[in-house]
Amino acid sequence: MAVAETQQTGKLVRIAGPMIEADGMHGVQMGEILRVGKLGLMGEVIRIEGEKIFAQVFESTEGMYLGEAVEATGAPLSAELGPGLLAGTFDGIQRPLKTLQESSGDFIGRGITAVALDRNKQWAYTPVAQIGQQVVGGDTLGTVPETKVIEHKILVPPGVSGTIASIKAAGDYTVEEVIATLEDGTELKMYHKSPVKISRPVHKFLPPTEPFLTRQRVLDMLFPIAKGGSAIIPGGFGAGKTVVEQSMSKYSNAQIIVYVGCGERGNEMAEVLTEFPELVDPNTGESLMNRTILVVNTSNMPVAARDASVYTGMTLAEYYRDQGYDVALMADSTSRWAEALREISSRLEEMPGEEGYPTYLSERIAAFYERCGNAILCGSDATGDNPRKGSLTAVGAVSPPGGDFSEPVTQTSMQVSGALWALDSALAYRRHYPSLNWNKSYSLYFEGLKGWFDENAPAGWNDRRQQAATLLQRENELMDIVQLVGPDALQDAERLILEVARMIREIFLQQSAFSDNDAACQLDKCFGLLESILIYGEECEKVLAKEIPLTRITDLPLREQIARLKEEPNDGFTAVKDKVIENFKQALGALEAN
Amino acid sequence: MAENNADMLHKEYWDLNYVSGPLVFLENGERFPTGAILDVHLTNGELRQGQILEATSTHAVLQILQGTRGIDVKGTSVSLKAEGARVACSEDVIGRRFNGTGQPIDGLPPVVPDKELDINGSAINPVSRDAPNDFIETGISAIDGFNTLVRGQKLPIFLGSGLPANEIANLIVQNSGTKGDDRPFVVVFAAMGITARETQYFLNAFEEGGKGSQVVAFINQADDPAIERIFTPRCALTVAEYLAFEKGYQVLVVLTDLTNYCDALRQVSSAREEIPGRRGYPGYMYTDLSTIYERAGRIRGNPGSVTQIPMLTMPDDDITHPIPDLTGYITEGQIVLSRPLHRQGIFPPVDLLPCLSRLMNNGIGEGKTQDWHREWSNQLYAAYAEGQRIKKLMAIVGEDALTPLDKKYLKFCNEFERKMIGQGFDRRDIEDTFRIGWELMGYLPKSELTRIKASVVDQYYKSAEDLAAEADGIEAKIENA
Repeated sequence: MAVAETQQTGKLVRIAGPMIEADGMHGVQMGEILRVGKLGLMGEVIRIEGEKIFAQVFESTEGMYLGEAVEATGAPLSAELGPGLLAGTFDGIQRPLKTLQESSGDFIGRGITAVALDRNKQWAYTPVAQIGQQVVGGDTLGTVPETKVIEHKILVPPGVSGTIASIKAAGDYTVEEVIATLEDGTELKMYHKSPVKISRPVHKFLPPTEPFLTRQRVLDMLFPIAKGGSAIIPGGFGAGKTVVEQSMSKYSNAQIIVYVGCGERGNEMAEVLTEFPELVDPNTGESLMNRTILVVNTSNMPVAARDASVYTGMTLAEYYRDQGYDVALMADSTSRWAEALREISSRLEEMPGEEGYPTYLSERIAAFYERCGNAILCGSDATGDNPRKGSLTAVGAVSPPGGDFSEPVTQTSMQVSGALWALDSALAYRRHYPSLNWNKSYSLYFEGLKGWFDENAPAGWNDRRQQAATLLQRENELMDIVQLVGPDALQDAERLILEVARMIREIFLQQSAFSDNDAACQLDKCFGLLESILIYGEECEKVLAKEIPLTRITDLPLREQIARLKEEPNDGFTAVKDKVIENFKQALGALEAN
Repeated sequence: MAENNADMLHKEYWDLNYVSGPLVFLENGERFPTGAILDVHLTNGELRQGQILEATSTHAVLQILQGTRGIDVKGTSVSLKAEGARVACSEDVIGRRFNGTGQPIDGLPPVVPDKELDINGSAINPVSRDAPNDFIETGISAIDGFNTLVRGQKLPIFLGSGLPANEIANLIVQNSGTKGDDRPFVVVFAAMGITARETQYFLNAFEEGGKGSQVVAFINQADDPAIERIFTPRCALTVAEYLAFEKGYQVLVVLTDLTNYCDALRQVSSAREEIPGRRGYPGYMYTDLSTIYERAGRIRGNPGSVTQIPMLTMPDDDITHPIPDLTGYITEGQIVLSRPLHRQGIFPPVDLLPCLSRLMNNGIGEGKTQDWHREWSNQLYAAYAEGQRIKKLMAIVGEDALTPLDKKYLKFCNEFERKMIGQGFDRRDIEDTFRIGWELMGYLPKSELTRIKASVVDQYYKSAEDLAAEADGIEAKIENA
C-alpha cells in the first residue's frame, strides 16, 4: 500500500487565541508536538481535517502572522525522566523555571526552549545490574543519590528489554552519557522520555490497604484515604483548599510529593518556594524540597499549558512510583484544567456539553484519576515472591463556581475519586479550619483500611471513630430542633450531646495549619484528643445520672483543659492527656447531688 | 507578511465587509498580525482605533475601540498603526491623566516615553516572585486586625451599589505608603465605566489627602466607549509594573469598577458569537481576569511592589455572581461590604465573615504586629460568627429561650459591630484595634477563649465587669481630684 509522503511543514491559516490552524501537513499525528511560527512556540495537534490541522499552543500567539511556518516534531508531548527532577520547579511543559529566569529575566518570555534536566550536571552513579543480565522495562540499572533523602533508581524504560552487553562502572556521569547497552545495540542513558498523556505501565494494581496519613485529624480519623487512592477537595473560594493541599505536602507520609499549581496564584507559589526549602521533613530531618517537585502554571500563564501541566505532573509522579516510592500528587486546581479544556473546545467549535464543557470532560477526568493506584511494579521480579511495590495517591482541588457542587467538574470528579473532602465556606467564615463539612464528606477507603488501623493505630481507633461520627450526626438532628423551639426545650442529656459534639468540632476537628504544635497531628495525639473528649462525655453522663444539672458540670473549668491539650506537642502527648483525663474524672466524680 | 512592515505602515486597505456590534470583519486576514492596532479612517475623516482579535485566511476580526457607529464597508479604510497595543512609560506620567488607552486628557502634551511597553505584559516567573510580607497599616480595624493587607497583594473590595466603597478605597490610599516608609510611593488609578461624579470624588479625595501629585490616572468614564475598558486596566498595570520594577516605586493600583470591565468583555464575546458561559459571560473570563489580577506582586531583589485594590459591584449583592466569584478565585482574599451594617449607620460597613486575606499570615506576627495576632483574630472571628448565629436563632425562638452563654455572645456581637467594625472615618492604629479586641473579649467568659494561648489570655484578658469596675475607679479618682 502506498503511503502518502509525509509533509512535516505547513503554514498558519488561522489564529484564534490559544488555538491555531495550519494547512499543508500530511501524516501528522493526533497529539504530536509542533513548532509554531517564527518564535517556534510549542503546540499540540488536537484535530486533523485532511491536510489541515488544529493545534493548541502552549504560549501566547499574540503578534503572529498568517503564513508563518508550522513544523511537526514527530513526537507527542513528553516528559524527561531522570535524576535532577526533585527540588525542581517546572512550568506546564516541563521547562525549568530557573532556566527561563536566566534566559528571559523576571518575566517569562516567549519561544524559549529549555530542557528539563541539566545536561552538564554530574551524578554519582552506582551500577546494580550486571553484564549478561536479562532486563525488562522497570528493572533497575543503577542508583544515583538524587537528594539527601531520595535514592534515584535508573530504570530500564517501559517497553525496552534485552541482555545487558555493557554497563559503566561506578562514577560520575551526566544524564546524556550512555551507561549501559543491550545486546541489540540499544543505548540506555540515565534519563528517558515518556509521553505524558499515556499512563506508564505497572505489572498489576493491588487493593489499597495502607492509609495515606495526612496528619490532619479530620481526614485521618473520619475520612482517611489509602496510599494509591484518590480524593477531591471541592470548595468555594476562601474555603481553604490550598492550605489543606499544602499541609498535606508538608506533613503527609508520602515519600515524594509532586505539587501541580494549575491556573492558580503566583504569590501562592512564591510562598511555597520560600517556605518549603526552610521546612524540615519530620520523617527525614531534611529540607522538604528534597522530596518535592513543583509544576507551576499560574493563572496568567498560557491556558493550553494548564492541560499539559496536570499530565506532566502525573507522569513525574508515576516515574517515582515506578522506582518503588509512595508518591502523592497534589493538583490545585483541576477546575482550571477543565476550563482550559472548555476554552480550547469552544475555539474548535465543538458541540458543548453541560455548562459549555466539552462532552469528553468526564472521560479525561476519569482517565486522570485512574492513573493512581497501589501497584506491583513492572520488572523481572514482578512475578517473583518479593516484587517491588509503589503507590501513587492523587488529591485534586476543585473550584466550583459559586461554591455549588452540582456543577460538572465536581460531579464527574466525585464519580471517579474515592473520597470527597467537601470544604464549606460557612465553616471557613467561622474560621473553622480545615473547613471540611463532616456531613457531606465521605471516604470509600475506610472499610479497606480498618484492618490496618486495628493493627497499627492506638487500640479502640475504629470504635472511637464511629462514636464521634454518631455524635456529630445526633448533633445535627438536635440542632434542627433547637432551630425551631430554642435550646430551652432540650433535656440535659441532649444538651450534653450538644456540648460534647461542640467539643469534637472545636477541639478535635479544628486544626491550625499555622500553629507549631498543632499543624501536624500524629495518630497518638489524634486518638488521644478524641478519646479525652469522648471519655469526658461518658463521665458527664454518669454525673447526670446522679440527677446533677448540666450547668454545674459546665461551670467547672474542664472543657478548657481539654481544649488546651491541642497545644501539646506530639511527643509525650499521651502522658499529658492521661493526666487531664485523670483530673476531670476526679473533678466530675466529686460532684454530689445537693 | 511581516517583512513588508515598512511598506504596510500607513498603507490603507478598503477591506471591510461586515460590521456587527463593536466588531468589524476584514476580508483579508493575512495583512495584519493578531493583536495589531489599526487606524480606522472613516469617510467623514474621523480616525478611530481597532485591534485584531483573530485572523484566518478568509477574514480578520477587528475590534473597534470607539464603537462602530458611522463606519461603512465601502468608504472606511484601515491601516496598521502598531503591531501590538503599547503604552508610553516614563516617570513623567506621575501626576498625569490619561484616557482608557493611554492618551493624555489633561490638556498637556503627550509624555515623552522612556519605554513603550506592550500593555499585555508577561507573566512574572513564579521563581522570581518574592513572597509578599510587608504589613500595610490601612487604619481600618476590619482590615488591619482581621484581613491584613500586605505589599504585593491583590485584595479586592466587593461592594453592592450604594455602599460607600469609594470612601474605603480612599482611606486605604491615604494610609498606605506612609508611616516610617520613605520609599517612593505612587497611586495608579484606573477607572472603567464609572460616572463623572465618582471620578471627581476620587481625584478630589486624592488631592485633599495630599496624594494628588502621586497619582497616575487612566480614566474611562461611563459615557466613554465600552471597548476601551478592555484596555484601561492593562495600560494602568503596565505603567504600574514599569514604575515598580524598573523605577523602584511602591505602587498601589486602584481598579474600579471591574464589573463594567467584564460587561465590556461580554459585549465583545457575544459579538464574536462565542458560546456563552454563566450569565452570558465568556468561558475564558477567569483566564482574562487573571491576566489583570496576577499583575501584582514583588520580585526578588527588586525594591518595588505592585499592590492591587480592585473594586467590583456585586450585581444584586450576589457574591456567587460570576464576576465576584471568579475574582475571589484569583485574588488573595476579599473585603466584602454589607448592606445591613450600612443601614445601621456603621462605617466602614465591612461584612467581616466572608472577608479574607490569604496573605495575612505573612504580614503579621512577632516583629510586625503581635505574635498572637493570628489567634486573637481567629478568636474574635469565631466569637462573632457564633454571635451572628445566635442572633438568627433569637429571631426565631425569642431572647428568653437563649442560654446565659448565648446572651453573652449576643452582647459581644452587637458591641463588636458597634465598636470594632464601626470605627467611623477616623484612622485607628493597630495597637488600638488590639486593645478594643481585648475589651470586647471581656464580654465572654475566659473559658471560651480557647483559641488563644493560655499565657496570652492571662496577660490581656479582663472581664467586662472588671473593666467597668476599673473605669468606675478612674472616674471616682477624677471626681475626687
